[in-house]
Amino acid sequence: MNNAIRHTWVVSVGLFITLFVALSIIQVAMTDELNANPNNVRQVYEDRGAPRGAITVDGTAIAESIPSENSSFDYQRVYNEPELYSGITGTYSIAANPTGLEGTLNEYLSGQSDSQFFDRIASVFTGDTTDGGQVELTLDSELQQLAYDQIPDGTRGSIIVTEIATGDIKAMAAKPSYDNNLLAVQDSTELVQNQEQLETDPDLRYTSRAISSTLAPGSVFKLVDLVAMLESDDYESDTILDNPNSITLPDSNTQLENFDRGICGQRPQAELSWIVAQSCNTPFAEAAMDLGQGPIQDSAEAFGFNSEDLGIPLRVETSNFPEDLSDAALAQSSIGQFDVTSTPLQMNMVAAAIANDGTLMKPNLVDAIRGSDLQLLETSEPETLSEVTSEEVADEITEMMIGVVESGTATRAQTQSFQVAAKTGTAEVGDTGEVNSWITGFAPADDPQYAVTVAYERIDFDTGSSLTAPQMLTMLEAAIE
Amino acid sequence: MNAAAQQVYKPRRNLELALLLMALTVAVGSQFLVALALDEPITTDYYVEGAVFAGLVLAFHVVLRLRAKYADPFILPIVVTLNGLGIAMIHRLDFTPSFSGVADRQLMWTGVSIVAAIVLLWLLRDHRRLRQLTYISLAVSVVLLFLPIVPGLGQELNGARIWVTLGPASFQPSEIAKITLAVFFAGFLANNRDLILLAGRKVGPVTFPRLRDLAPMFIAWIIAIGVLVVQNDLGNALMFFGLFVAVIYVATSRFSWIAIGSVFMLIGAALAYQFVGHFRDRVEIWLNAFDQDIYERTFGGSYQVVQGLFGLAHGGLVGTGLGSGNPNMVSLANSDMIIAAFGEELGFIGLSAMLLLYLLLFSRYMRAGLGTRDTFGKLLAVGLAVVLVLQVFVVVGGLTRVIPMTGLATPFLAAGGSALLANWLIVAVLLLISHSARQPVIVGPMVNATGESSSGIESRLQHSDGPGARESAVHRHSAHRHHHDDDETRLNHTPADQQAPADQGGTK
Repeated sequence: MNNAIRHTWVVSVGLFITLFVALSIIQVAMTDELNANPNNVRQVYEDRGAPRGAITVDGTAIAESIPSENSSFDYQRVYNEPELYSGITGTYSIAANPTGLEGTLNEYLSGQSDSQFFDRIASVFTGDTTDGGQVELTLDSELQQLAYDQIPDGTRGSIIVTEIATGDIKAMAAKPSYDNNLLAVQDSTELVQNQEQLETDPDLRYTSRAISSTLAPGSVFKLVDLVAMLESDDYESDTILDNPNSITLPDSNTQLENFDRGICGQRPQAELSWIVAQSCNTPFAEAAMDLGQGPIQDSAEAFGFNSEDLGIPLRVETSNFPEDLSDAALAQSSIGQFDVTSTPLQMNMVAAAIANDGTLMKPNLVDAIRGSDLQLLETSEPETLSEVTSEEVADEITEMMIGVVESGTATRAQTQSFQVAAKTGTAEVGDTGEVNSWITGFAPADDPQYAVTVAYERIDFDTGSSLTAPQMLTMLEAAIE
Repeated sequence: MNAAAQQVYKPRRNLELALLLMALTVAVGSQFLVALALDEPITTDYYVEGAVFAGLVLAFHVVLRLRAKYADPFILPIVVTLNGLGIAMIHRLDFTPSFSGVADRQLMWTGVSIVAAIVLLWLLRDHRRLRQLTYISLAVSVVLLFLPIVPGLGQELNGARIWVTLGPASFQPSEIAKITLAVFFAGFLANNRDLILLAGRKVGPVTFPRLRDLAPMFIAWIIAIGVLVVQNDLGNALMFFGLFVAVIYVATSRFSWIAIGSVFMLIGAALAYQFVGHFRDRVEIWLNAFDQDIYERTFGGSYQVVQGLFGLAHGGLVGTGLGSGNPNMVSLANSDMIIAAFGEELGFIGLSAMLLLYLLLFSRYMRAGLGTRDTFGKLLAVGLAVVLVLQVFVVVGGLTRVIPMTGLATPFLAAGGSALLANWLIVAVLLLISHSARQPVIVGPMVNATGESSSGIESRLQHSDGPGARESAVHRHSAHRHHHDDDETRLNHTPADQQAPADQGGTK
C-alpha cells in the first residue's frame, strides 16, 4: 500500500514537472513571440500607459503624464493649453503612432534614447519604471499666446516668430487648431468618435499649418529672385527696369500682369527698389527669363526649397520650386505662382537668412532635453543650414525691404520704435477669387533680432492684407520690447 | 539504518511556530507590499486585518498544541503562505476597475474557514471517526452534487451550473463534495479491500475484481461524473475521476486499475467530446488557441486562454512586479485565472516558488498517508492529497495548454468561499491524520508480549526495515482486523514491497 502511495507521489511529481516545463516554455522561451502577437494589447498598455517626460514652454508643462485612475493604462497624457500647442506637440495616442514632437522625440520622452541608457539600467535595480526625459521648447508662451489670439477664428492662418541669430522658434501658431486631449483619450471608442468629430472640419491640420501647409507664396518669393538677380551683378537696387502692365509669356497667349490694385501702372520704367516696394510682377518675370532657371533654382534651394529632410526636429513639409521649367512657367514661378509652393516657415527662413547677413540658420523648436533627474542630456546649439548669399547682397535686399514698409505695400507695418523690413505677397488661388496673403519681415532693420512671417491661406484680398502687416508688426513689437 | 531513532517523532510545534511567523510575514507583508506598489494609503484596516489573520492562524497553532501536537509542522505554514498570497493578489486586483471589493470577502472567508477547520479539528479529534460516516458521506455527496440542478437553487455562471444560491449567499457544493467523496471512497475501500483484492477473475496478466464488489463505488462514481457533465463542470469531473482512480490504485496496489481507469477516462472524454458542446469547445480552444476565428468567437472562444498566456509571457522570468502588470486584462483574474495574475506579476520564478509550495504541501499530505497506520487514514490522505494535486494541475495545466482549460478554483489562492472552506477543512483532516501518523504508539501492558522495552514507544522489529513491518507491529499490538493487509499485497502482487526503502523519515 505504501508503495502505491509512493508511486502516486512520483506520478504527481511528474505532473508538476510537466507544469514547470510548460511554464518555462511560455514565460521564458516564447515570451518574445507572445509579446509580439498582434492580439496582445499588453505591450500597448505598457508602452502607451508608461509615464513620459513632459514637454515644457518657459518651464511650464504643456504636455505631461499624470497617473490615471481606473484605467488599464498607468498614466494619462494630458495637454495643457492644447489649442496653442497641439500642432507642435502632436498627440500620444493609444491607437496610432505618436505624432508631432511626441513622435519625433519619442525616444527621449519615453526614456529609451541612448543617452538615457544608464537611467534604464538603474531602473532595473530600483524597480521603478523608467521615466522619460523632459523636452524644453524654444517657444515663448506669451508670444505664442499673442500669435494665436491674433489669428481670427475661421481663417486658415499661421504666424511664426524666430530669433534670427539662432534660428530658435519663439512662436508658431496656426488656426484652425484643436484640443489634442480628445485624441489622447484611453478609450478607443471615444477616441474614434472624437477623431471623426474633429475631422468634420476640412481645414483642420493635426500638424501646425506653419510647417505642414505648402501654398503658393506669391510675391514674397521675389526675395529669392532678388538674391539671384543681385548675385548676377546685372542688377542693382537702382537699376532701371521696364515695368509694362503686362507681358505675353513666350510660346503662349498667357498674359502676366502687374497686380491691378497696386500703383505699378504709374511707372512704365522704374528702379528695382521701387519695383520691389510696389511689388510689380513684369520686371521680375523678365529678369527670371533673362537669368534662366539655374540661378533662381540655386537661390531657392539655398534657402531650403526642394529639401526633404528639414527637421526642427518636427518634420517640415517640403517647399517646392519645380525643375525644368519652360520660360513661361519660369516667369510665373518667379512671382511665386505656377507650381511654386512654400510653407510659412520656409518663407520665414528666407527673411531670416537675409536678416542674418545671408546665413541661413536652422529653425529649431527644442531648447534642451533633460533626463528624468533633470540632468541635461542635450542642448541645442545654433546650426547653420547654408550660406545663402553674401552680406552685401543681403544688406541690399534689406534696404529694399525697408522701402516696402516705408513707401510700398507694407506701410501698415511702420512703427516709431524701430525700422521694419518686410515683403508682402499675394498669390491667386486658382479662379476662386481668394488669395494666399503673406508677409515676411524682420526688425530692427539695422540690427535684426526677430523674423516674423504671417500667412493666410485662401482668404479674400482685403481681409488678408488688413491682417498680415499689422499682425507682423504686433509680433515684432512684442518680441523686441 | 537506525530504525529505533527514526521512529521517535518529536511534536515539532516550535518549528511550526517559527515557520508560521515566516509565513505570516509573507502573507501579511504582501498586503502591505500591494499598498506600497500601488501608492495606496496604508489605512488602519491593514493592521486590523493582518492582526486578525495572524490571530486566527496562531489560534490554530495553539489548538494543534492542545489537540494534535504531533501533527505535521509544515502543513499549516505552507497553507498560510498560499492563502495570504491569494488575498494579496485579490487585494491588488481590487484596485483595477473590473475586480473590486473582493479581498475583504476573501479575508472574511479565510477567517470563517480557519475557524471551521479549528472546530473540525477540535471536535473530530481522530480522523478514524470519519470512517463511521462512510455511507452518510455518500448520501451527502449525492445531495451536494445534485443541489445545483435543483430548480430555484442552482445558478449558472460562466457556462457551468455549479452554484447554489440560498438567499444572499451562494456556494459551490462540489467543493464540499470532494471531501465527502474522498471520505466515502476511503471508507468503502478500507472496508472492502479484502474482497476486491481476493475475489476476482484473472484475464491474462490482469486480475479483474468482481463487479458486485465494486458496484456501490461505480454507482457513486457514475453519479458524480454524470452530474458534473450535466452541470458542465468538467474540472471537477476530472478531479473526481482522478481521485477515484488514485484511491482505488492505492487500496489495491494493482496497476490494472490505472489501465481500467485510463480506458474509462478515454471513453468518458470521447463521449463528452461527442455530446457536450462545452467540452468540444474547450478541446478546440486547447488545440487552436491562436486561431483568429476561435480567438474572436464571442462565446466559447480562446480569448481567456490566450490572454492568460499573454499575461504569463508579459511577466516573463522575473515578472513585472506586484502592481505593475495588467493581470486584470484576463477575465476571472482573481478566481479561476489567478495563477495567470501571479505568473504575470511575480514571473516564472515567483510562480514556480508557489508551485513548489503546492508540491511540498502535497508531499506532506502524502507523507501523512504513508505514516499513518490505518488503511482508512492512508486512503483518505492520498485521496485528499490527489484532490489538491489535481486541482493545481487542472488549473495550471489548463492555463499553460498542457490540457484543455476547465474551470477550477486554485486551492487557497482563488477568490471563492466554498473552495477556501473546503481546502481548510481538508487541512484539518490531514493535520489529524499526520498527528496519528507521527504520534508515539502507547504500548499497553497486555500487548507487551514481545519482550521489547516498555518505553511507551513502539520499536521496530529487528528483522525488517520496511514500513509494512511497522504496520505489522502495530497490528500485532492492536489486533487490527486488517493485520494481514500488507502480507496479502506482497503475496499477490508486489514483491517490491519487501525491498522498499524504509520510511524516509522526512519530518526530521
